[in-house]
Amino acid sequence: MQEEVVFVTGNEAVARAVKLAKPNVIAAYPITPQTEIVEVLARYVESGELRSEYIHVESEHSAMAACIGAASMGARVFTATAAHGFLYMCEMIFWASIARLPIVMANVNRALAPGWNIWAELKDAMAHRDAGWIQFYTASIQEAYDTTLMAFRVAEDRRVMLPTMVNLEGFVLSHVMQPLRLVDEAAYDEFLPPVRIPHALNFERPHTLGTLISPEHNFLVQYDNNKCMRAADDVIAETEREFEKITGRRYRAVMKYRCEDAETLVIAMGTLAREAEVACDSLRDKGEKIGVLRLRQLRPFPKAFAEEVKRLPAERFIIIDRAYSSGYGGILAEEVKARLYDLGIIKEVKSIIAGLGGQDVPHEALEKLFMDKQGGETWYGV
Amino acid sequence: MLLFAPYILLAFCGAAAFCGALNIVVVSMVEVLGKEEHGGMKAEKREVRGARWLAAVPEDEYVLKGNSACAGCTAMIALRYALKASRATGRKTLLLVGACCMVVCEGVYPNTAYNVPTLDTAFACTASMASGVEAALKSFGRRDVNVIAFAGDGGTVDIGIQALSGAVERGHNFLYVCYDNEAYCNTGMQRSGATPLCARTTTTPSGKREKKKDVPRIIAAHDIPYVATVCPSYPMDLYEKFKKALSIEGPKYIHVLTPCPVSWRFPTSKGIEMGKLAVRTGMWTLYEVEHGVFRLSAPSRRVVLNGDVLPVEKYLRAQGRFNGITDEEVERIQKIVYQELERLKEATARRRLW
Repeated sequence: MQEEVVFVTGNEAVARAVKLAKPNVIAAYPITPQTEIVEVLARYVESGELRSEYIHVESEHSAMAACIGAASMGARVFTATAAHGFLYMCEMIFWASIARLPIVMANVNRALAPGWNIWAELKDAMAHRDAGWIQFYTASIQEAYDTTLMAFRVAEDRRVMLPTMVNLEGFVLSHVMQPLRLVDEAAYDEFLPPVRIPHALNFERPHTLGTLISPEHNFLVQYDNNKCMRAADDVIAETEREFEKITGRRYRAVMKYRCEDAETLVIAMGTLAREAEVACDSLRDKGEKIGVLRLRQLRPFPKAFAEEVKRLPAERFIIIDRAYSSGYGGILAEEVKARLYDLGIIKEVKSIIAGLGGQDVPHEALEKLFMDKQGGETWYGV
Repeated sequence: MLLFAPYILLAFCGAAAFCGALNIVVVSMVEVLGKEEHGGMKAEKREVRGARWLAAVPEDEYVLKGNSACAGCTAMIALRYALKASRATGRKTLLLVGACCMVVCEGVYPNTAYNVPTLDTAFACTASMASGVEAALKSFGRRDVNVIAFAGDGGTVDIGIQALSGAVERGHNFLYVCYDNEAYCNTGMQRSGATPLCARTTTTPSGKREKKKDVPRIIAAHDIPYVATVCPSYPMDLYEKFKKALSIEGPKYIHVLTPCPVSWRFPTSKGIEMGKLAVRTGMWTLYEVEHGVFRLSAPSRRVVLNGDVLPVEKYLRAQGRFNGITDEEVERIQKIVYQELERLKEATARRRLW
């Protein structure tokens, strides 16, 4: 079959993926730079191309609440947000994961006000690192599309049953157009089984969801949550392999670029990792042995990361962060350092803070930063 | 199974002590049907009418014994009759409960006192979660379910008003019920927007300085098909309004005044009496707005139209929350009530609430 290729923005790519997943309910509130996702979906629904119930909620808190309500009835649901919208739904974000509802959400990463800034930064998602959601970070429009397609299957897997977010950086991905290879609808229908939420409310055996829970049971809920989050790591790997079978496109939790003989390993997420690959090529031309290791998921933190880091020969790590924990450090850098400690790896680590609030980070600048042998933390532009 | 066990709380019929709510209902029946004057009917006629009505109310109980409601809780009467009314429509019931006393009344996992599928929600989002539930049912093509959302006054008139306004504006087919105990009673009686003027709460120790927010009127201004006010002291009126609401397609809103013995500080046996006093003094008015048409309900008709109104002092002095209220304050409240009754009289003439 001829593969269909279109030229679309990241936002439209996500909307197209959602259309294939055919959610029962979409509840969403517009926010820059996510707006186009909800606009395109509304168009699909109004034209009858997509037969979802579309709830035009009056806030993001209500968006996530409506998703929770619908998923509690056993529905497949989708929402999308960004930055302030994400923070506004914070209470419901935690609610969704504790309630074990496989809600899929696209988050178009954006910086936080005051000082209104609509450009890319990962802090909106990373601030919800401990919310119990599976977190994917994508680096191209094709990847945002493919990951959204996979997200439904991962979230709804019986072994997982956890909400899942797909992050794509504002403007850098949301508003840029790239060629997109579409997945065939029939193939996807086979890939994504019908949703079945085992604890959904029903009328045959009435039960209550969310009643008071005492200390002797509450921690068990959290224990189970973690168990399923850990299991999600394997389910994601399995899903990526299945996806590869129908599309030929290969995704892994840890994406390696020229890492095998690298003495210096750059670790990053999202589009800055791709920018680092360009810098890597240029440095390789100059004889530097450098590679880029891109993390596609922050939660569950991939087991594959430990496997790769143990195996690879790199002696020096450079971590790029597009989000910062004030008074602590680059969020990814601190996560990675903790993992290295777990593995007994004590090597030189350099932390680069770059791209906050949409700061432009060209590959030439990254090249310079990579070559700077000074360790510790460096803020690009400061 | 352990995986989902904490979420699957099977309906539990406790063999525990006879619950306060049921006791109170028995008392209320006797009071309403037996003793009190009621719209000028003679005693026997009233009894016949009451017995006939009672025979038509489904016997099935959806609020089970062993629930953890406080003794004398009138909100549980409202819930009990709401669920019976839903049963009487022949459709199934899906109940949502906001963060409020009614979540506590369910009991603690693995028990639940509500024998219908129930979704407990966070504080601000009872109406928006109901939107999602309704949309899911629509997507499944199910038209045989009454979606009923219960929330307290804090969750409705304060933190949840945005979600409620949004949900009714969008026209979801559901019934939203605010049971109004006029404070954050679940957390020990802090002031809410529904707390009446001069009431002492733990956060207004010298009395609230502002009036009660009139949320039924705000919701009626959304032009939804049905808005009603009720009180468990008038169970026939309450039951019939719930039944009527559930027969109408679209968003419906019922505001229930539920006297709370714990927070209002009156004896647990006086809940029904307190609700009646509220209506008889004009502190609370029973009405409905059906497709925009305003109509007073029988118990309030004589208060508003015939001037058969008791002084507010009788109501205020019966409750500990108004302890220490001055004569001037009573006078002020009385004046506001008279103004309100005048406004309702005009509304009756115009057949429009606003």
